[in-house]
Amino acid sequence: MLILGIESSCDETGAAIVKDGRYLLSNVVASQIEIHNRYGGVVPEVASRQQLSSIIPVIETALDQAACSWQEIDAIGATYGPGLAGSLLVGLTVGKALALARNLPFLGVNHLEAHIYANWLRKGESPPGEDSASASWDLRKGDPTFPLICLIISGAHSELVLVRGHGQYELLGRTRDDAAGEAFDKVARVLGLEYPGGPSIQNAAQRAEEELLQQKKPVALARSAYRLPRAWLRGTYDFSFSGLKTAMLQLAEGATGSQSLPQTPASRKNPVGESKQRSQYTRMGMHAAQKGPTNVPMLAASFQEAIVDVLAVKTRLAAQEYHVKQVVLAGGVAANLSLRTRLEQELLPLRIRLSYPPIEFCTDNAAMIASAAYFHLCQEEQSGLDLDVQPGLSLPFRKSE
Amino acid sequence: MRAQFSDNHATKNLCEGAIVTRSQKEATSTLDIISHSSAQTQRLGMRLGDLLRGGELILLDGQLGTGKTTFTQGLAKGMGITEIVSSPTFTLLKEYQGQSATTTRLDHDKFPDQASLTQRVGPILYHFDLYRLEDPEEVVDLGFEDYFFGSGTCVVEWADKADLLWPNEQLRIRLKMMSETKRGLLLTATGLRYCELLQQFQKNTYATTSS
Repeated sequence: MLILGIESSCDETGAAIVKDGRYLLSNVVASQIEIHNRYGGVVPEVASRQQLSSIIPVIETALDQAACSWQEIDAIGATYGPGLAGSLLVGLTVGKALALARNLPFLGVNHLEAHIYANWLRKGESPPGEDSASASWDLRKGDPTFPLICLIISGAHSELVLVRGHGQYELLGRTRDDAAGEAFDKVARVLGLEYPGGPSIQNAAQRAEEELLQQKKPVALARSAYRLPRAWLRGTYDFSFSGLKTAMLQLAEGATGSQSLPQTPASRKNPVGESKQRSQYTRMGMHAAQKGPTNVPMLAASFQEAIVDVLAVKTRLAAQEYHVKQVVLAGGVAANLSLRTRLEQELLPLRIRLSYPPIEFCTDNAAMIASAAYFHLCQEEQSGLDLDVQPGLSLPFRKSE
Repeated sequence: MRAQFSDNHATKNLCEGAIVTRSQKEATSTLDIISHSSAQTQRLGMRLGDLLRGGELILLDGQLGTGKTTFTQGLAKGMGITEIVSSPTFTLLKEYQGQSATTTRLDHDKFPDQASLTQRVGPILYHFDLYRLEDPEEVVDLGFEDYFFGSGTCVVEWADKADLLWPNEQLRIRLKMMSETKRGLLLTATGLRYCELLQQFQKNTYATTSS
């Protein structure tokens, strides 16, 4: 079954053709990162205007690259939420219109769920001898094994989800304030690093480790150069990264001295009282910063470690509690090498498999939309053409009994 | 649209005490508060949220880490929103359905169906974040203007990015960092409705925190 997937929930416009929810024929993303990194963030006006003008060429390119005609397409899937209403409308409307014009089944896809299904995607053709009509839809060689834990980490999301089977989700935890990717972006800006923040912080952290290697010091020192707070929120699988962001802000400012804190008259009179209000971590960090010149790479490495630490430990604890066989990653932050390495260290002794999609399936893309649409269509679900965008959509969670 | 916005919510009384200028159209009043912790910032938000009836415009300004999202989390709680309110930086806008404070709140996890049946629907909270905007015109292009004159409550983080667009009647809250944990909140109400809101907020805040 060939499905055309369309994605336009935020800053990407994408179209993809996927066979049987797994095998990629084409995946086109009109990435706007080049336009955006001039501004240090996604510029929505540019995004929606760009989406309107690029959606049709993107779909045509996807068909061309897959070398298939409209006659071969069996169904169309498009994101209907969550995301930005204006952006979602572009993709959903085009998807519904195409389905109507071609008289094809249509499926509105939940963007978050699609991120999970990115783990079913693989590059290249289906293996010879596997006839899509006869092979089972729900389990084939190479598929992730249920039950599994999915960690969705991107600029908008930080969610830990238990997946018991196709369409059976249970939200275990989520961020209470900032998403992990957002923390990366904001901290990168504070440190004067490029957008997007994830890769640039990872690179800076690698520079810190290389520097230590040259000095013949243990690499791990970079990760503990600054002691940063970690919000463990014990007893829950929730995350919180805003305290870490604020600590980084204080550190970066304290270390560079470029923007010293505005002092109140009281604090000038009583500097001891002022320092008492700082947490021990900040004081330690400031102390470390005072010892040497500002070390942005070291700061980046310590920050990355603080995020990875919480994500990895919480994921491992959840995997243990729910006795899962596999942990899968999704979302842009899944590309972080430090996180992957650390998770492998946590999960390997427990014989829990860790898998993550190739980077082009981690970030927003249309192939995962086509994949999620396939698994819904196989369960004989279909959306009406009156389906509207749902900017605040969450996963269709089913509570286990 | 703007005229309709202010007419609908014509207030009976002018607020007293903190009023700086008082005129029929442009009443303003201010309130200066120091919060000593993020928990306190949240409590302040909660007290304000408790007073909201829908249709308000609340603008939040302040650098990274000053507590804009923290304040909004409290505000949402005050409005009876049980969902977790997280930062809308990436999505630019998040919507939350408020619940009327007078009805009993059932445990959502245990009784999802009953909860939705018995709870009366309160005002919707629209939580905006303009952090990533460069040009104020983008707010218009995104169609956000429609929300600001609707029946829901709008909270806008990084509102100074689109300063020229806001209607005159608003409650603006400027947050600044005074130390690692201490934050200064300067609340400025413009328009009769917001002056009254601020006055009530002041009453409630000092009645409970100073005793």
